Amino acid sequence: MTDTPVTITLNGETVECRPGELLIAAAQRAGTYVPRFCYHERMKPVGMCRMCLVDVDMGRGPGLQPSCMVSVAEGMVVDTESDRVKQVQEGVLELLLANHPLDCPVCDKGGECPLQDQTMAYGPGESRFIEEKRHYEKPIAISDLVYLDRERCILCDRCTRFAKDVAGDPLIHFLDRGNETQVNTFPDHPFSSYFSGNTVQICPVGALTAEPYRFKARPWDLEENESTSTVDATGSRVALQSSRNQLVRVLGVDSDAVNWGWLSDKERFGYEATQSDHRLVEPLFRSETEFVPGRWNDAVSRIARDLDGKRVGVLGGARLPIEGQFAWSKLLDTLPNRAYRDAQLDDGLPAGVVLGLPRASIADACAKGGVVVIIGPDLKEELPTLFLRLRHAATEDGVSILELTPRATSLGTHAALSLHPLAGTVGQVAAAIAAGTSSQAVGGVEPAQIEAAAALLASGRPITIIGGRGNLAESGQYTADAIGSLMAAHPDATFLPALRRGNIHGALELGFTPGFAPGGVLDHDDVLDASAILEAAAAGELDTLVLLGSDPIVDHPDRALVERAFDRVGNVVAVDLFMTESCRRSDLVVPAAGFGEVDGSFLNLEGRLSPLQAKVTPPGQARPDWMIAVEIAMSAMTDLGFIDLDELRRSLSSSVQSFSAIDWSMLNSQDDGQRIDLDRPWTPEFADPLVAPPVDGYGLRLVVDRKLWDLGTMVQHAPSLAHLAGEASLGLSTSDFERLGVEEGGVVSIDVAGATHRLAVRRNRDLPRGAAQIPFRLTGFDPGVLLTADRLVTEIRVSAN
Amino acid sequence: MTLSGTAVPHAAGFIVNETPRIVTSRFDDPQGYAIERYLATGGYEGLKAALATSPDAVHAEVRDATVLGRGGAGFPAGVKWGFMPKDVWPRYLVVNGDESEPGTYKDRLLMERDPHQLIEGCLIACYAVGLSQCFLYIRGEMALAQERVAKALNDAYAAGFVGKNILGTDFSVDIVLHWGAGAYVVGEETALIESLEGNRGMPRLKPPFFPAAIGLYGQPTIVNNVETLANLPWILNNGAAAYKQIGTETSPGTRMVAVSGHVKRPGVYEILNGVTTFRQLLFDDQYCGGMRDGRTLKAFVPGGGSAPWFLPDQLDLPFEGSQIGPQGSMLGSGAVMVMDDTTDIPQAAHSLTRFYAHESCGKCVPCREGGTWLERILGRIVDGHGTKRDLALLLEVGRSICPGDFPHAASERLGLSAVPFPYQMTTICFVGPSAFAPVHSALTLFPEEFAARVSEDEPIPSGTSVPVVLKGVSVGD
Amino acid sequence: MSRLTSANEIIANEIIARYPRPKSALIPLLHLAQEQDGYVAEDAMEHLAELVGVTPAEVLGTCSFYEMFKLHPVGTYVINVCGTMSCQLLGADELIHHAEERLGIRVGDTTSDGLFTLERAECQAACTEAPCLQVNYRHEYRVTPDDFDALVDTLAAGGGDVPPHGTLSRVRQHIPANRSVGAVPPEQVTGPPPWLPSAEEST
Ligand SMILES: Cc1cc2nc3c(=O)[nH]c(=O)nc-3n(C[C@H](O)[C@H](O)[C@H](O)COP(=O)(O)O)c2cc1C
Ligand code: SF4
Ligand code: SF4
Ligand code: FES
Ligand code: FES
Repeated sequence: MTDTPVTITLNGETVECRPGELLIAAAQRAGTYVPRFCYHERMKPVGMCRMCLVDVDMGRGPGLQPSCMVSVAEGMVVDTESDRVKQVQEGVLELLLANHPLDCPVCDKGGECPLQDQTMAYGPGESRFIEEKRHYEKPIAISDLVYLDRERCILCDRCTRFAKDVAGDPLIHFLDRGNETQVNTFPDHPFSSYFSGNTVQICPVGALTAEPYRFKARPWDLEENESTSTVDATGSRVALQSSRNQLVRVLGVDSDAVNWGWLSDKERFGYEATQSDHRLVEPLFRSETEFVPGRWNDAVSRIARDLDGKRVGVLGGARLPIEGQFAWSKLLDTLPNRAYRDAQLDDGLPAGVVLGLPRASIADACAKGGVVVIIGPDLKEELPTLFLRLRHAATEDGVSILELTPRATSLGTHAALSLHPLAGTVGQVAAAIAAGTSSQAVGGVEPAQIEAAAALLASGRPITIIGGRGNLAESGQYTADAIGSLMAAHPDATFLPALRRGNIHGALELGFTPGFAPGGVLDHDDVLDASAILEAAAAGELDTLVLLGSDPIVDHPDRALVERAFDRVGNVVAVDLFMTESCRRSDLVVPAAGFGEVDGSFLNLEGRLSPLQAKVTPPGQARPDWMIAVEIAMSAMTDLGFIDLDELRRSLSSSVQSFSAIDWSMLNSQDDGQRIDLDRPWTPEFADPLVAPPVDGYGLRLVVDRKLWDLGTMVQHAPSLAHLAGEASLGLSTSDFERLGVEEGGVVSIDVAGATHRLAVRRNRDLPRGAAQIPFRLTGFDPGVLLTADRLVTEIRVSAN
Repeated sequence: MTLSGTAVPHAAGFIVNETPRIVTSRFDDPQGYAIERYLATGGYEGLKAALATSPDAVHAEVRDATVLGRGGAGFPAGVKWGFMPKDVWPRYLVVNGDESEPGTYKDRLLMERDPHQLIEGCLIACYAVGLSQCFLYIRGEMALAQERVAKALNDAYAAGFVGKNILGTDFSVDIVLHWGAGAYVVGEETALIESLEGNRGMPRLKPPFFPAAIGLYGQPTIVNNVETLANLPWILNNGAAAYKQIGTETSPGTRMVAVSGHVKRPGVYEILNGVTTFRQLLFDDQYCGGMRDGRTLKAFVPGGGSAPWFLPDQLDLPFEGSQIGPQGSMLGSGAVMVMDDTTDIPQAAHSLTRFYAHESCGKCVPCREGGTWLERILGRIVDGHGTKRDLALLLEVGRSICPGDFPHAASERLGLSAVPFPYQMTTICFVGPSAFAPVHSALTLFPEEFAARVSEDEPIPSGTSVPVVLKGVSVGD
Repeated sequence: MSRLTSANEIIANEIIARYPRPKSALIPLLHLAQEQDGYVAEDAMEHLAELVGVTPAEVLGTCSFYEMFKLHPVGTYVINVCGTMSCQLLGADELIHHAEERLGIRVGDTTSDGLFTLERAECQAACTEAPCLQVNYRHEYRVTPDDFDALVDTLAAGGGDVPPHGTLSRVRQHIPANRSVGAVPPEQVTGPPPWLPSAEEST
């Protein structure tokens, strides 16, 4: 395909278009808006609504063509304003309104409705349809989050197309035919897609409404600004809408680089947690067994004292905006003793891998014709919007996916090759792939599969490695080993980290990780990671443990270790939004401002910096994290060098090299943000791969992974989402399940290191033989009781009694 | 008076006339559908002739014969086959046996009475264009045709005519029998492909992509009508030159036409393509033998329910597409529906409009909403509840489906001259316009029958305009 | 009520194997389900969804598009009287009216004994034989009211050669394994069929 522009005549003007571009898009870029209902620029056109018909002349006289289906061609003469076109637009609108209930005054969409707007702009205004309209039961719940009013639906196929083509969850569908056509689900099979909220956003009428927003506000009462989702590390761009100082809605913003307008339901509806009645609103001091509210200044000076000259460990930091991370990092660096810090809770990857490998962008990974290797989790569960981009790349853009994951993930059906090494063997499998061959099976992966993977990587196509932590019951070092082998064999490959936690990349970049100072500067003095910090606390070697938005009691995989640490450490200070399990065990809890309440910035997994904007005021005395750090410093008579956000950012840019080129003044106006400078003067060194303990013939290698809906703090404080967390069960491959000879859902015994636990068992076709899976942080069972931080892999025995 | 054509009792409606019989030659053999009878009457000889030459030569022969598609559009089969992009594999043949256009009755007879002729035609087409998988899609409501074709295919597989190594050569093709489940629109070729993929039979937009380029599973696909393919064995046996001796240069061969309605002898006739006129077909003894009960002809639909109507004024036109178009209609699927002077014109139009409204797939707004609306307005006029405004409304709703002048026939009685075919349309396929065609023809050619049916206008009820609500940001883009 | 029986599941898999993509088998499989139960049951749709690898909503989306698939039980004999133009010109409305009287039900309903369902249908490709009807998709031509009564009497008495609703062709296609070319997913086909002479050879 050539890139030579195509010239067309549009309403008499000469317009240059991109080759292959759809006429409707070309016209829009040239400033001519063609009305439409079914066309959506991020989905394949279907030509259903007929609203976009325009007169197109290719030399044989003008004819009506749907501008959403026709590509521009050299010499095309287009008239979007002819009498005939106007007649068609009026006709389509009149016909659309024929069966429309016209209940705009009580419709959520009223005031922002394309149907209403276009009727005003292009329509006849009055309907001559006097017959009985189509009637359906008024809104029906098609899922826990989405309602459908079929009377309002204009059958544009946007929601259904999204469900099938974009999300891969064709759970809503056109049913019946002709004038009886309706959108609906199969009986008792709800539209339980992680992405269901997108359909509400793209519905051009008020047919689809979101449970959290229903009747909350009218569009003309809404105020809006643009921000970045902090729900996970994708950093999807969002519009925050508020009414009377309450967040009422989050919409996806079409950032070409990141989320294309899409959001996961967690990103979309998680804002409910911000409005929760359970937010912390004042400092709480422990007194014996209870907490008593105290004054802000007392809390600040108390923290200053708890830090000064003390042996300090800090867990967390990924919840904080960049500015909060920088201020806290500066604060901790002013302390006389080294304050150990780690934003990952032994559930991520060695920071050197993340910080040091040449970083890919999402667009790099998704570029046409590339190869993507996934060594990590099911992205749909952990980074759902990234999953959508990769799914599109695999289904539409010829990207080949090689899965090297503990189980088949949601991308598995689109993968060129899916390999599922048993826990502890992914490093060896990757080494064999790097070597090109293997004489024997490794970790359950056959030589032929290894060779096929090697061949795919050797095909000369650009390679992106996506690495994250697919299994909390396996040391992250194995993943690092695997990445190291493949990078060594394919030095031109780039890396995209799949760490899930909000602003984890900001935290790593600003030194909340062992071995690195801010800016990814090597700093070998500081080598205690989260587990080591907890070990130190448990050994009585720490005076103060600071929790910066982290909840290790439930989030660190080694339950027993965290208990020991909390039991022993003298003093725990928590800065958080909610009274988490760990806060309850703290001595002082300070309320921080959360998502939608602070201005700042966010660094996503590509190293893309984008703005966070405050839309509402924080509750009570809750304050931005950076301000808390500044106040603590002031209380300790220390000058951090800034007392407002602009000064802080200047300081950040001048002291941290990777931020030196950031143009802060532009940030709020860019949908795609700015990428920081990730060039490092060093390259990560990979030690010799760890070898896994040999597989015990009777045991099963445990996989502990995450689900989107879990008992996480944010999900649990969002009323619409809280009940979506499922029940934990033990998953076994079909062959292991059958060997066990139990019923689906039957309770089995799990033995690990001498202790026995009981749990319901289910067949899981995604698992390889020899593996057993328990999701992390669901209801009913906490697999943390099976894990210890020092074990490289966890082997369990399962028996039917 | 006796009519000279011979009715064939076991082939309901089929009547033998003097036209050479290319596709109906076995219809008067009660066992003509059995493989033994087929083989005894020259069956599979055309296939042998084809296999004796190269695929390209077979393709050339069919192209030279100019076999106009019999499914409705009348596009020459050999030319269509040539639209397949080179070097894109696999390719498929889909046989359109979905016959459901109102008035049309011929493909079902071909499948019931001579299934092997169709199978042989498929094999010849497969050989000519180089494909090894063919799907034979029969309309769901044709149990007997399904039975006969299933049996014929089983026999043909067993006898080595279909499947691997046909007749001992390398040529290998599977023919898979498939049947629909009741949806007229599936006869439209892109909807047929959707249906064959297991989907709702909703047409795909073409252009930009015709099935020959992007069809079944996105691969090059030929869709041909049953009758089109049934012509191929004869052509391979007798040659393109012989075929062109019959009919006219531009419309060679014969075609099957079903004549229904108020004629003396409704029936299915094989007639001379391009030559036979409507007057001959309706009034000659060997065909329909004139109007029933001594009545007079009021109007007729010349090419299936989608076609604008003709009047006695047009009787002398032959079955030649290039002559019909300028006169305001089309030949379509070989179906003539005849109305005598007793016909209630609004009601007749309503039965067709109801059909198309009911059969809308629901994809395009103008067809989905407009078709139903037309049907309702017309229905209330037929029931005597219509008003004058309804007559104008019919035309205006119709214009939302087909903007601009709509084709119609000339009427000396009304002093109207013809508006030529085709029309502009706002819909993807012809179902939408087809809902309007009968309304438009009836209203244009017989205005007095409507005027007599409607009363004066009543005031428009209130509450039908869009409530104005304050405008804010617009989401949904 | 039910999923496919194991015998029907075998037939289903045979049908699926004939298509390059499993979903193509959906309409034939829905017919199979309807043949089994007389209508298409929800459980059957879920079963078909598993067999061809789509969601139940997709199966229902296809199923509900087509007139012939019944989502609720219907009579043993579904009588479709054609009401389109050619038949209407020759008395279809009167025939339908007569049928309603004779069966004692309205169009769309089923007789209380579960024997007959009456429907008004569209053109049945028998227009020259108007007015016509179908019983379980088998034609009756030029039907007079007396013919209709006789037909109903025969069927009610267990006569007539009409299988119960759901069964269409009584002959199934059978492709012998040794004669089958075999269906291949299109993406696995890389070149022309082996028997096709290459361009150079043929010119
Ligand atoms: C609404 C609609 C219905 C159609 N129905 C049929 C049909 O039942 N049978 C048929 O052969 N062609 C039908 N066609 C025409 C097909 O789209 C297609 O042109 C034809 O099958 C091509 O075969 P041919 O070239 O051999 O005629 C229909 C077209 C439209 C628009
Ligand atoms: S519900 Fe909305 S998005 Fe879905 S088809 Fe209807 S109008 Fe379109
Ligand atoms: S014109 Fe009617 S039948 Fe044809 S595609 Fe459009 S809605 Fe469907
Ligand atoms: S926007 Fe083009 S047809 Fe709907
Ligand atoms: S109109 Fe009744 S069969 Fe065609």
